[in-house]
Amino acid sequence: MSQADLTMEGHSTAPMVGPIFSIPTKKFAMWLFIIADTMTFAACLVAYGFLRNGSPNWPRPFHSITNVAVMTLVLLTSSLTMLIGLRAAHAGDKPRAFRWVMITALLGIVFAALHIREWLGLIDEGMRLFKNPWGTGLFGASFFTITGLHLTHVVSGIVALLAVGVRYKSGRYNADDIEVLGLYWHFVDLVWMFVVPFVYLLNLSH
Amino acid sequence: MATIETHKSSGIGKDLVVYICLLVLAGVQFMIAYQNISASQMFVRMLAVACIEAGIAVLFFMHLWSEKRAFLAFVIVFTISVLLGMQYGWTDSTRMVTGAPFSEVQ
Repeated sequence: MSQADLTMEGHSTAPMVGPIFSIPTKKFAMWLFIIADTMTFAACLVAYGFLRNGSPNWPRPFHSITNVAVMTLVLLTSSLTMLIGLRAAHAGDKPRAFRWVMITALLGIVFAALHIREWLGLIDEGMRLFKNPWGTGLFGASFFTITGLHLTHVVSGIVALLAVGVRYKSGRYNADDIEVLGLYWHFVDLVWMFVVPFVYLLNLSH
Repeated sequence: MATIETHKSSGIGKDLVVYICLLVLAGVQFMIAYQNISASQMFVRMLAVACIEAGIAVLFFMHLWSEKRAFLAFVIVFTISVLLGMQYGWTDSTRMVTGAPFSEVQ
């Protein structure tokens, strides 16, 4: 675009400025969202830490790490499949990129299913939002809030993966959109790395 | 995009290495859970491992390492500022936990 194109009725305008840090605006917006969301999760985990520290009869209801270990494996693997999809998208291999994005979505669904199964198991044992048979009722509130917030992010990510994947295949979206979505998906994975030790592993009954 | 070229040039091998590193670190967290140590020691060790995991994920899975250094610095500084800004609530949280607001004044 020439300077003449930027001039309107004799009023010269400043030359167009490129995107900040020379990265696409959508990607920059996603990074800002991730930083803001980091604060949300950090606030929840810090509040959880205070409650846990201040409650003498904090329950330790988890008997086994098998379920949470499988969930961790599934989520970490989904990050890898997302990366493979992104590389395929950048290489211009549209069918392959679409396939790997769909595999990522499938792994996300498996994770969500495992998560809901675990919730149902705990509810079956008598755990509710404000009471449980093992100790302070605050545990249920903090557990369901933190894991629920994370699960909401996972479900949102699955919907986004399906929507962006389909639109990418139809040519309406490009590799940059897959990359932006990948950032979100990796962030969901990153948050889980903090949720697992603090919410699950510190509450194991030995 | 500068980062795209970097992504294209490096293969899946590096991603696999990072993935395995993250799996190993996750395994370390699970091992710490079964150590015979106090809850505070356990918390500190798990937090340290989680921070390393997060750092690796952000730098390599989210390709922050491939971005321009100015952007890398921006994300780090901005994230730390956000997390530090959050700390103003700690004192109130402490009062909530102890259940005695302004107890020292009274």
